[in-house]
Formats: sequence, C-alpha cells, structure tokens
Amino acid sequence: MAESTITGTRIRERRVERGIKQTELAAMVEISPSYLNLIEHNRRRIGGTLLLRIARALKVEPQVLSHGAEAALIGGLREAAGDGSAAAAERDRLEEFAGRFPGWAQTLVDSFRHGEEMERMVQTLTDRLAHDPHLAESIHEVLSVVAAIRSAASILVETPELEQKWQARFHRNIDEDSKRLADGAKSLVRYLDATPGSEADIRSPQDELDQFLSENQFNFATLETGGAEAVDAVLEADTILSLPTARELVRAFLEQYQRDALRLPRALLEQALDRVGLDPLAIAEDVQQDLPCVFRCLASLPADVAGPIGLVVCDGSGAMLTRKPLDGFSVSRPSGACPLWPIYRVLTQPGVPLRMRVLQPDRDARPVTALAVTEQIGPARYNEPPLVRAYMLLLPEPESEDAPSLVGTSCRICPRQDCIARREPSVMQEGF
Amino acid sequence: MARRVLLIEDEPNIIEAISFILSRDGWDVKSHSNGHDAMEIVRARRPDVIILDVMLPGRSGFDILADIRADPDLGKVPVLMLTARGQQKDREMAERAGATHYMTKPFSNAEVLDVVRSLVGS
Repeated sequence: MAESTITGTRIRERRVERGIKQTELAAMVEISPSYLNLIEHNRRRIGGTLLLRIARALKVEPQVLSHGAEAALIGGLREAAGDGSAAAAERDRLEEFAGRFPGWAQTLVDSFRHGEEMERMVQTLTDRLAHDPHLAESIHEVLSVVAAIRSAASILVETPELEQKWQARFHRNIDEDSKRLADGAKSLVRYLDATPGSEADIRSPQDELDQFLSENQFNFATLETGGAEAVDAVLEADTILSLPTARELVRAFLEQYQRDALRLPRALLEQALDRVGLDPLAIAEDVQQDLPCVFRCLASLPADVAGPIGLVVCDGSGAMLTRKPLDGFSVSRPSGACPLWPIYRVLTQPGVPLRMRVLQPDRDARPVTALAVTEQIGPARYNEPPLVRAYMLLLPEPESEDAPSLVGTSCRICPRQDCIARREPSVMQEGF
Repeated sequence: MARRVLLIEDEPNIIEAISFILSRDGWDVKSHSNGHDAMEIVRARRPDVIILDVMLPGRSGFDILADIRADPDLGKVPVLMLTARGQQKDREMAERAGATHYMTKPFSNAEVLDVVRSLVGS
C-alpha cells in the first residue's frame, strides 16, 4: 500500500538523518533488527504502539512518520463526519477511534466512499436520461405515432356514418402506425436493456481515458516509430474502452502523441536531457520545440528515464483533459481542483510560462515543482482573443530551503480556512 | 368563407387525422411538413390559426414561432403548439416564444377541435 510505503521510508530517512544504526534503533524499541529492516523497506505494515515507540526513539511526532495510513484514515473519517451534528461531539476523538478500531474506522470510510460513488453514479444516470439524444428521439417517435393512432382510432369510432373510403384510409393508417409503434417500442426496450448496469459502464469517457492512459503509463512506444496504422493497432489491442466517445478521446490523444514523437523523437529528447538536465525550458530551447510539446513528451517517458513526471492539461474553462498524477501531488478529476494551481493562474497570462514550487495540505503531500504554460488552440484570427489550453508539468522536488507556495487539492477537503480562493466550506479543520 | 388553418407537422398520419376532423368541422385546412420554408408558406397562406409542431425537420417550431411573432403582418395570429415532450421546460419555452396554446402528444381530437375553435373566437 502506498501509505505504509511512505511510513517505512520515512522511518529510515529520519534514522539515517540522526545517525542511528538500524541495530541501535531496533534495540531501543525492542524489536529484532531484521524486523525493523523489513519495516524500513516497506515490507511490513506498521502502526499502533510500535510506531509510537519508534517516533519517541527518533524524537519526532508520530504523525511525521505515519503520514500515510492513519492520516488518510482520519482524513476519511473527517469527511465522513461532514457537517453532521451527530458526529460533531466526538470529532475530537477521531484519532482515538482510528487508533483503537482501525478496522471499523476503515469500514466506515469505505462505506462513506461507496456512498459518494453511488451518488455520483445516480447523477451520471440522471444526466444520461435527461440528455440522451437517442432516448429523447425514440420517445418523441413513439409519442408521435401514438398520437396518430389515437387520433385515427377516435375518428373511426366517433364519426357517425363515416364513408367507406375514409374508413379504409384510417384503418390502413392505424395498421401502418401500429407497426411502427411496435418497432419503436422494441427498439426502445432493446436500448434500455442494453443500458449498461455494471459500475464499469457508468464511467464517463474521461474516466475511461484516464484508466487507459494510466494502464499504459502514458507511453506508447509503437507510435514513436510506426505510421498512422500504429494508432489503429493500439486502439484495436485495447480492452478497456467501452464508450465510443472515449475511443475518440483516446484517438485524439494518440494522434497528438504521434505528432509529438515526430517533432521531438525520443532519442533526441534523451540527448537533450543528458545535455541540459531535467529543465523543460532549457530542453525546449535545445531541441527547438515549444514548451507544451516538450511537456507532453517528458510526461510520456517511462519513469526509469527521468524519474516520475506528472502532467495536467485543462482547457480554458478549467475542465481537466488529461491528468497524470505525481506522488505527493494529488489531482482528482471529479471534485474540482484548486484555483491556486499554476495551471489555472497561467490562463490569465497566456504565453508566459510559470515555475512554482507548490505544496498541498495533505499529509501525504510533498513539495513539487510545477511548470505551467498555455498553448493556443487553432489559428490566430484578427481581433479574436486566442483560445488556449493550459499545461502543468509536475516534477518531484528534492528537499530545498525555499518555502513552497501553498496550494490545495479541492476546497471541500482542504484545511486552509482563510484562503481567498475558497469557494465552499471545508469539512476539514485547520491544523489537522 | 371557411376559416383557414395551417397545420405544420411532419407526421403524415397526424396531418391526415387532424385535417379530417377540422375539415368536417368546416375549416379550410392546409398542411406543410418541414421547417425550412414554413415561414414562406405562413406568409403566402395567411391562416387564421396555425398548428405548429415543435420538432420539425429543418427548423424548430420555436424558431418559426419567433419569426411569426416578429413579423408585424403576422404577429397576432393564434398559434397552437404541439409537442411530444410535456416537460415544464418546454411549456415555458413555448410560452416565452409566444405560443397562444400548448398541447402535448398524444392529444384527443376533441381537444384539438375545442382549442382551435376557441383560438379564433378569442
């Protein structure tokens, strides 16, 4: 688990910092050195009193070490408690609860998340029903035919001494229309039956794009050398995408990927990396390409080339198009992001790249270097402000003395109360 | 002289049924079945009442209604809108666009007849 991973690593970091040997620390907390070794290499989960003993031995606050698992649990509990008054009285005992009954606490958080997910699914389904053009059209068709049948039938019944000619005509109309109605009803039922019931199918096209890209780790080596047919091959080999619109999104992504690979081939990028290091602006200058292209190419590199690299892309409305998260900086699509992120700030000054060291408030967060820049979409037109898309590259930041800019994740779960960018109250508390 | 109704609707059997009941009631009924050139027909025929479907091929009934209301010569002609969607939103849109009356499919013949009569009477 990612959370416990961090705990082990932190214990090791702190111990080395303090110049304590592994065997010494093990003796101080009364466990075997080999067990401590497993913990430090994140092979064993750790929590409870052992964590407290190690924290005491290392003279740090236990939270500094436990950032992960327990913090995430407590954060989840706070969210689950929300504004509910029932839980308010016991809010200050959250940590005690999580500490004493981690299993129950996790169950509670899981069921809260499940509820949230259900809510989102209902919303998606409602949207789908309300905005589904096929459904609206089918219903319109059925109602129109029903209206025609109803009208003709009542003429037949209500008109005294209806001429033979008209009788025959309306009989024929009813016959025609009832056949259309039968077909229409059948196709409607088929459509509704086919409406996917499984959770996987209720995802949005963007969710599918995210999953597709992350399972491929944003890297498509076959596109770098192949031609247009390589895009088709990647799409054909895929087993994730179920929505036609998701396939369109992925195709657009892959085509862009291929254009980038032509402009800035992998070998060239790696040479530039060797010459100037992981500095996107220097690379852009070195390879004579624009920053968005360099950002995209860097984000497509496997982690063993230049380390983990995150990328977020949004359009002028702030809607997220692509998201490749980086450890230590969380980017979630559905909950709405933080307007303090450089990616949004750069939209106010199109063309001017930003470089900021930013830190989110979560306990798992680490300072990261965020570089943001805009890209103009479409050709320039006289007297028309440009349509832009914004990019934010995320690079892991080695420890540094400078204080990072504080940014959030999403207002709802952000503890920074007195923030000018706040758009809704937070369920978290300051100092958590 | 018979009062003139113009029926703008794309469902042929609805045209036939409504034409039949209105003709029997003494109306002069003309019909038209697409949205593109509906305005030209409205101008040429000068009907006393218009029955207008919302979903027409080529152009929406709401747009046609807006054109009718904007035309100083036609502006006041009563318009009965027909739609297969009974949602509040559609009703509001029809009212805002200036429909005199609004009816959802499926309708009854008697209802159509009553409304058309009342529209001319008013």
